[in-house]
Formats: sequence, structure tokens, C-alpha cells
Amino acid sequence: MMRFLLLFSRQGKLRLQKWFTPISEREKKKIIRDMTSMVLARQPRSCNFLHWKDLKIIYKRYASLYFCLAVDNQENELLALEVIHRYVELLDKYFGNVCELDIIFNFEKAYFILDEFLIGGEIQETSKQVVNRCIESSDMLQETMEEYMSKPAF
Amino acid sequence: MKELMVRAIYCESLGYEASFSYIHAIKLAQQGAGLEKRVGYLAVSLFLNENHELLLLLVNTVLKDLQSTNLIEVCMALTVVSQMFPKDMIPAILPLVEEKLNHPKEIIRRKAVLALYKFYLIAPNQVQHIHNKFRKALCDKDPGVMTASLHIYLQMIQENPEGYKDLTASFVTILKQVVGGKLPIDFNYHSVPAPWLQIQLLRILSFLGKNDQSVSELMYEVLDESLQRAEMNHNITYAILYECVRCIYTIHPKSELLEKAAQCIGNFVLSPKINLKYLGLKALTYVVQQDPKLALQHQMTIIECLDHPDLIIKRETLELLFRITNAQNVMVIVEKMLEFLRVSTDDYTTIDLVGKVAELWFIETMNTVFSVGGDMMQPDIPNSFLKLLSEGFDCVEDDRKLRLFAVDSYISLLHGEPGKLPQRFLQVISWVLGEYSHLREELEPASVLRLLEKLLDMKQTSSETKNWVLMAMTKLCVGGASVSVAQQVSETYISSMDTVLRQRAQELQHFGQDSEVRTRVLPRDTDLENTIFDVDSSLSFLDGFVSEALAAGAAPYKPPHQRQEELAQAKALSLEPYGLSLPISMSSCSIADRQSPTPLSMSSGLSTTLKLDGVKRVWGREGYLVQRESVEETAQVEVPSPLRSPSQQAEANGSHSQTPTQTPTPEPEQEKQQLAASLFFGLSSQSSVCLMGKSGPTSHRFRRKAKGQGSISGATEQTSKTKLNDSDIKGSDPSLSEDSGLVAADSEDMNPHEDPERPKDLCLSSHLPAELSGLCHSEISPLCSIQSLDLSACHVQKDDSLVLVIFIQNSSDSAIRQIPLDLDSDELEVMYYVSRVSDSPVEDVRSHDVAVYQYSLTVKRPSVHVEVVGTVSCPVGTPQTVRFSYKLPLTTFIRPLTLSTEEYGTMWLAFSHDTKQNLTLISDDPEPLTATLSVLKRKLQLHVVEIIGMEGILACRLLRDRPCLMHCRVHAGALAVWLRSPVPDLPDCLIYHCQRALQED
Repeated sequence: MMRFLLLFSRQGKLRLQKWFTPISEREKKKIIRDMTSMVLARQPRSCNFLHWKDLKIIYKRYASLYFCLAVDNQENELLALEVIHRYVELLDKYFGNVCELDIIFNFEKAYFILDEFLIGGEIQETSKQVVNRCIESSDMLQETMEEYMSKPAF
Repeated sequence: MKELMVRAIYCESLGYEASFSYIHAIKLAQQGAGLEKRVGYLAVSLFLNENHELLLLLVNTVLKDLQSTNLIEVCMALTVVSQMFPKDMIPAILPLVEEKLNHPKEIIRRKAVLALYKFYLIAPNQVQHIHNKFRKALCDKDPGVMTASLHIYLQMIQENPEGYKDLTASFVTILKQVVGGKLPIDFNYHSVPAPWLQIQLLRILSFLGKNDQSVSELMYEVLDESLQRAEMNHNITYAILYECVRCIYTIHPKSELLEKAAQCIGNFVLSPKINLKYLGLKALTYVVQQDPKLALQHQMTIIECLDHPDLIIKRETLELLFRITNAQNVMVIVEKMLEFLRVSTDDYTTIDLVGKVAELWFIETMNTVFSVGGDMMQPDIPNSFLKLLSEGFDCVEDDRKLRLFAVDSYISLLHGEPGKLPQRFLQVISWVLGEYSHLREELEPASVLRLLEKLLDMKQTSSETKNWVLMAMTKLCVGGASVSVAQQVSETYISSMDTVLRQRAQELQHFGQDSEVRTRVLPRDTDLENTIFDVDSSLSFLDGFVSEALAAGAAPYKPPHQRQEELAQAKALSLEPYGLSLPISMSSCSIADRQSPTPLSMSSGLSTTLKLDGVKRVWGREGYLVQRESVEETAQVEVPSPLRSPSQQAEANGSHSQTPTQTPTPEPEQEKQQLAASLFFGLSSQSSVCLMGKSGPTSHRFRRKAKGQGSISGATEQTSKTKLNDSDIKGSDPSLSEDSGLVAADSEDMNPHEDPERPKDLCLSSHLPAELSGLCHSEISPLCSIQSLDLSACHVQKDDSLVLVIFIQNSSDSAIRQIPLDLDSDELEVMYYVSRVSDSPVEDVRSHDVAVYQYSLTVKRPSVHVEVVGTVSCPVGTPQTVRFSYKLPLTTFIRPLTLSTEEYGTMWLAFSHDTKQNLTLISDDPEPLTATLSVLKRKLQLHVVEIIGMEGILACRLLRDRPCLMHCRVHAGALAVWLRSPVPDLPDCLIYHCQRALQED
């Protein structure tokens, strides 16, 4: 089971955080601090897995953004790496050549995509097409709702 | 509002407190529409966690949305439900979520399944009634819904693999379809069909197939196929391969598959990609527990990984080495671990690794461990270290040397910069100096005292450490100079605010003045085996004092709970006038009914000083002295290798570090091979037992050859390589082959009882009692583990009884006394079987040894499966009780009953309980009846009395001596069976097993 997913920049600025298990605020802050310092200190050509307490940390860097996923000890590390990759693919497909700024300005969208992809620490939908269809359909609906609401006659 | 909420989320993610917006998030989810609602839900799921009180306000909103006709709203509600939901509110929405399992849209069904999964995780008993709906989800026509349901199954099967064996075939079929590419193209990931689904299934299968041959057999084919299909060079295929390998090594082994899996691991380990290498090491770590030879194949790679610049790889390699540690390679591995410790900065790793190193015992190593590991380590490590030091080993001379060595090294440490040493280490140092510094004759006690005094004066010394130091000083103060130092110190601390410190100072003062008392209270005795402290736990020596006090009018002692009660009563408003209660209570406290917990015991006549001694020591050392003496009584503690200490250690280290200087051109390759030789030393001996038996510990060469033989079974090409290494080493280093110490150690390794790192099963079966070892026993299956104890069990079928054998394996370094083990069963009568030494089910388990308990079982009330439940608690550390159960089929209690047809006839009429059923015949045989009956005979141990035409009669007995008769008749292509027995339920149970036996055939 996945425990949390963090996205942060090379400067250690947190861009996205998702916690799949209940954790207190103080603990969260500590974890974020630990993660950024651990991951950023890694040499470029070293392996993508880390140990932290009894968890495995799997991280990967895409451009200037680090994706950092914590899973239970008995999970498959390579698979977790592919989870990250699939998420990036999903973002890429949605935003069209995604960059850090997309995530900064539309982070709620990034969260929505994540919610369609992972739920409660488990993979929900692995198909790229299906996730996108979901997001798009709800986006569509929302836009029409917005238009509807903002109609002057209303 | 939506925008504001997004900003609030942003603030929170930047680390600013935005709790004021939580309530608005909930409101937005409640009242907003479309996107607003969605942002509201998102904010809620980010802000709050399961335990937050505001979450209660969300329940109503979720309820409303679940009933909404708008698909997206339902989706949103389900999403938030499966992310977080208050546990006690689950019943409120459960029916709605359940209903969604039948929703026409697959996305809703999928989310509903995931929500139920979440519920299962947080409150398993609340979703118990819908287990059959999970089955429906598993059979859903949409693969997505099916995938989602696997999460639940994985969880449930992990908890109870027995309950879902029947689903194995379905899982195998699903996996076959997936591997064969039958799923819609949507599910492909980089043209690999549904990898997540595959891995999930592989995991489920490995749980199901563990220790179960028949179930495992169903999987072999599909596992083989998955191994073959996964050829593409992509991360995801490697992920699947890894899971496959794990599965193959978890389930009941099949040699062809194991071979393929081993090859696969090779690909991982040899891969240039660092991630794959890591995974390969991990797989090896998992696998070597069953097959240590595999590590041999890859020894050179492992050595390379050991020097890898990436700490993570290094750590994983150490983990692997830790698994293959044995008495021969301990030193090298510990050294490697310590090297790692010095560069590692992470606390958690340090704790973990220190724990491992501590299992491997040395003074010198311990010193380094203490100063590097510092206060981070578990407190029992120094304790057990001291215990070891004080108990010593078999050889007195060795003990003296070891202690002297410790004293010397500590003195030199104290002369250096003691301020930098961690507190725990200082405590250890002061104890050792107090106890053993007299061994070094030329050392003046006064000078030791001064060193200790220096410790007291340092401001970073904690008061706990000061206690230890003062205690040590008390032991040391003999002779003029030291007494004056002691007096000085005691005067400083006698007015300390800390009561314990003050007491120590008092002791120091008095003992310093009166040397006679001191020698009696603190006998300088290195051999604790002869001094058995007489601890009078009933405190009977105080009885005289108590009765005197009572006679003088003191109130009798009341236990705390009674006092509490009385206090409570007193607090209640008393309406009675104050009476003359005092004289009454006084008159009632005669000695006869006093409530002191110390009934006058017979031992009260013993000398007081001795007892005082015992009591005092208990206080002084946080109780561990008591522990020590208790261990003492259970005889010597087994230590992995009987102190292969300084001299030998130097030898081994020397052989590995000095050799490069001996050879004129030390090639790095050779060095590595040498390291490999020392690391994997002793691993191969297991497979070469027969060879060694012939050659004996004659020369180094023979052993090396044997090792080559050992790896033949793994891969033939490896053999030549090993031999090559061997000759290299011989050429470069003749001294190694003369190393007789190592050879001797190896021959000792032949004894299977000695080596704790041996595969468990093999190790345990050797512990089977002699009278049982000839009989076939069931597979030894682990029951439970509690702290350092591992329980496993198997059953042995004897002609007239069934014996349940329970093994308790103690992997800690200390003996554990009196493990209370209780067994009970609804269906069985459990009797403790008097075995070799003790006659009560309470035995002592020595360190790294196995205790064997035997129980004879008889059936009280027949049932298809009978179960023995037991509890075991570990007496060491925090009391903890673990329950376990062991399940047996009824067939293990069935034995053939030999009798003639006439006897059969008379018995048949006498029995009252019967059952009739039609069973399937084995139809592909020319003589179906004979074939069927012989299957029953073979599988269930029934005795075929006679076969007459189309009829057959069989008989068996249930242990002990409760017959069951069976009459079979071929009728319309089926076998009509009629069972009769005097025992109720027995016919029904037996017919079930007959059915199973015939189906499986």
C-alpha cells in the first residue's frame, strides 16, 4: 500500500502532497523535511529507492520536479516507480507537455487526476484513456455548469 | 469561494496554518454545485484526516450525494469516502455503497468496491456480511471492477489463506487470460498487459500456495508462462518478473521453476541498471534463506556491490550478508557493517544495524558499536553485553583474558576524552571497571577511582550514569588512598537532590569506612555460578518487625486496591455519626488476621545480611542482576561461536588484510576474491557433508573442492569459476591454507544443531525426538512468533496415536525460562506427552536452541477439520501473550481396522449412527470399484475388508479404537456409500473426506 506522494522542486519547495493514511500535521512537516533533504542529497546516478524508517521511498526526477512516493516495505519498488511514471504520463496527456508551472497553477487539477488514478493508497485505474475520459467528462460537466450558473438570466 | 478555497489549499501546502477554512471547505462540498463541490471535496480530503471532528459534518453531504442522480456527484462522494471516512459512521452509508455495486456504470462499481476495501481495512467486521458480494465483484464483466476487488482479496487472503483456497483456480485463470493478452488494449501499459493486475494476482497466488503443495501445483503452469512472456526490456516487465520469482520461492517448490527463477535473479543482479541490481539483491536476500548456495553463484557481484558508491546498494548487500552470516564469516561481515555505520548518518539505519551487529558479539567491536551507535541503541544491548561478560564462557582463562582486555581498553578510553562517549557506554565502562579492574594487579584502585571521579565531574553526565559510577566506586574503595577519594565524592553527593544518588553516596561512605561489611555485601567474586543470591521475595525477615509494630498499635498493611476501595467509601457521604472506630480497628489487628502480604515463612531464620545483599543488588542494577542469576541456573548459555575472540579474530582479519602486502603485485581482483572467500565461507558446507565426512579436516584444499561441488547443483559453469578462484588464492596466499583454526571451525559446522542460520525446516526436523524421527511427519509449519521466540509445529502419525510436536525456537542470545504454553481444543483431547527431560509443559529454551514439546491428540468429537488453539507468552520483557492455532484434517486420526467379514457383519448391526451418499466413481479404469476403493485405501487409510462383485466393504478406526464401517455399492454409474459408526458425526465427516479424496484424484 502507498503511504504518501510528494512532489517538490529542486529547491525543495513542495508542489503537491497526498497522504493516504492519517498522519498528524507535525509528523507531516517532519516527513516533508526529511524527504526533501534525503532525496535532494542523492547523487545523480544512484538508485531510485531509499529506506526511511520502515518504509521504502521511491523517487524520480522529471525535469525540475521530484516525485517521491512512499510505500510499505513489502511492495515492489519497480512497480512503484512505474506508478510515478504513469502519473506523469497522465499529467502530460491532460496538460499537454506538462511542466512545473502547470502543476503550480493548476494544482487542483493535478489532485483530481491523482484521485482518479490512485485511491486510498491503491491503484484505482491503470488505463490512461479511462482516467482521461473521466477527468474530461467531469470537466465538461463543470464547464457547462459554470456557464449555466454565470448566465445573466439566472 | 472556489478560488478562495484553492488559495487556502495552497497556503496549507506551503506550510501555513489555514484551519479557519476547514469549515468552509465542508460547506462548499455541501452547498456548492459542479466544480465548486468538487473543490470543496478536494479541500476536505486534503485538510482533514480520519480522526478530525469536523468530518462528522460531512456525513450528511456524502449521504445526499450518494443518492444523487448525477453520476459525477456520486463519483465524488465515493472518492472522498474511500479516502477518508469516520469509522463509526460507516454503518450509515454502507447500504448505499453496497447498492452501488450493482450500478450500471462500471466506474461507479469500481469506486464502490474500493470504498468497501477501505472499510474493510478500517473496520473489517462491519463488512463481513457482504463477502459474497465481493465474489460477485470478482466476476464482474468489467476488468477494472475485477482489479479493484483483488485489493480486498489480497488483504483477506493474507489474513486467512485457508479460507480462499477454492478460489485459486479462478485466480489462475484470470492470470492466464491477462498474460495471454485477452484484456482490452486499454489496460496495456507500454504494451505489457495490465501489469498491476498481474502483480496483484501473483501476490495472491503466493499467499495461497505457501506450504500447500496441491494448490501450488495449480499455479506452476501459469507461473512458467509469465516468466516466459515477460521478455521485453522494460522496467515494468522486470517488476513482474521479480514478483514471479518471489512467488515461485514462496509456494511449494518445483525444481524446474526454481531453476528458471534463479536464472532470472541472475539477470537482475548482473544488470548494469542500478535499480535492477537493487531488486536483484533484494530477491537474493529473500531467496538465500531457502537456498544459501545461490549467494555463492553471485559472490563476485555481491562483493562489487559492497563497495558500491551508493549507500542504499551497500545497505541492501549488508542485509543479504546478514542472512548468510555464520560462525566463520561473522568477523568479516561485522567489520563491513561497522564500516558502513561510520559513514551512515541516518538514525534509523543505525539502530537497525546496531541491532544486527550486537548479535555477533565482541568486546572490541562492541566498543566501536557503543561509541558510534551511542545512546540510540536499544537498552538491552548493553545489558546483555554485560551479562555475557559476567557469566563468561566455559574456559576460565578465556574469561579472565576477555575481562582484562575489556578493563584495559576502557581505562585507555577514559584516559582519552571520556566526554565524547555516549552515556550508555560510560555506564558499561563503570560497571566493568567496578567489577573487574582488580584483575589487573598493577592498577591502583585509587587511580581508577580518580578516573571515575572525572566522569562524575563532567556536566554532561546524566544522573543515571552517575549512579553507575558511584556503584562502581563503592565496589572499588579499598585501601587508604582510595577511601579518601571516596569520602570526598560521597560528601559531594550525599546532599544531592536525587534520592537514588544520595543513597548511593551513603552506601559509598559507609562501605568505605567499614571494609568488613563491604566485603560481605559486595563479595568480590568473579564466578557468579557459585554465589546464588538468596532473594527472599516474601520479605519474611521483616516479619518480626511487622509483628512488633502491630503489637505497638500500628495499622495493618492493606494492599493498594483495598485502600482505594476504602478511600472511595470514605468519600461517599457518611450519614452515620463519628463513632469510636479507632479502638475497634486496633483491637481487630491481631497477628492472625493482619493483611500483610508476607505470611510468616519457614525461611525467616536465615541470616539477614545475605538477604539484604540480594535485595540491595536488585535495586542497584535495575534488576538485571536477578536476571543474570536466573540464567545462571539454567546452565551455560550457548554462544554462536565459543568465543573466537581477540586472538582468532586477529588471525582472521590478518589473513584477509595482510595478504595483499605479502603478494608483490596485489591485484584488486584477487583481493575481492579473497574477500568473497571469507564472506561465503561455511555456506557451502551444508551440501558437502558427505565429502567432508570422508576427507575430514585434513587440508584447506579439500574443503574448497567441496564448495565447488556444492554449487554444481546451482549452475555448472560456476564450478569452474569457483575452482579458478580457489587456485588463485592458493597461488597467492599459502598461509591461508595452513589456517588450521578455520578448518577446525568448519568441521564444527557439520553439526546441524550448531548453526542457527541453517534453513529452518531442515534445522527443526533434526530436533524431532528420536522415537519420532523415523516416522513420516507433516511439513513443519510456522505457528507464530513472539519476541525472539518462533513457534512451529508438525504432526507425526503413529500407529496408535497422533503426536503433535511444537518447536519453540529461541533466536535471542539469552536463555528463556519457563515459557507457559497452553493448548486447548474443542474437538480434541490434548495430553502433554512426557518427553526426554522434563515432565511438565514448562521448559527452558536455551539461546539459539529449540525446545520440543510433544502432545498426544485424541478426538473427542469428530469434525471435518479439527483445530488446536494455544496461547504462549514470553516471560522476558513486557509480558505478551500470543494465540495461535494448528489445523488438522480428521483423516490424520484415521487408521485401518483389520477384521473379517463375519466380524464386520455383527458390528454393522450394532452401530446406530449412519449416513448415506453417492460418490463419483473413477470411471476410466476397467474395474471402477476396485480402483475407487484403492484410492480410498491409499488416501484415507481405510482397510478394504472384501470386494464381492459390485459391492465392497471397508473398515477403519478413529483414534483410539472407535470403529467406522463403510459399505459401497456401484449403482447407476455412481458409488452408493453407507457409513456406520457408534460415534455421532464421524460418518458425515468421513464421507466429506472420501468425497475430497475422489475429487482430487
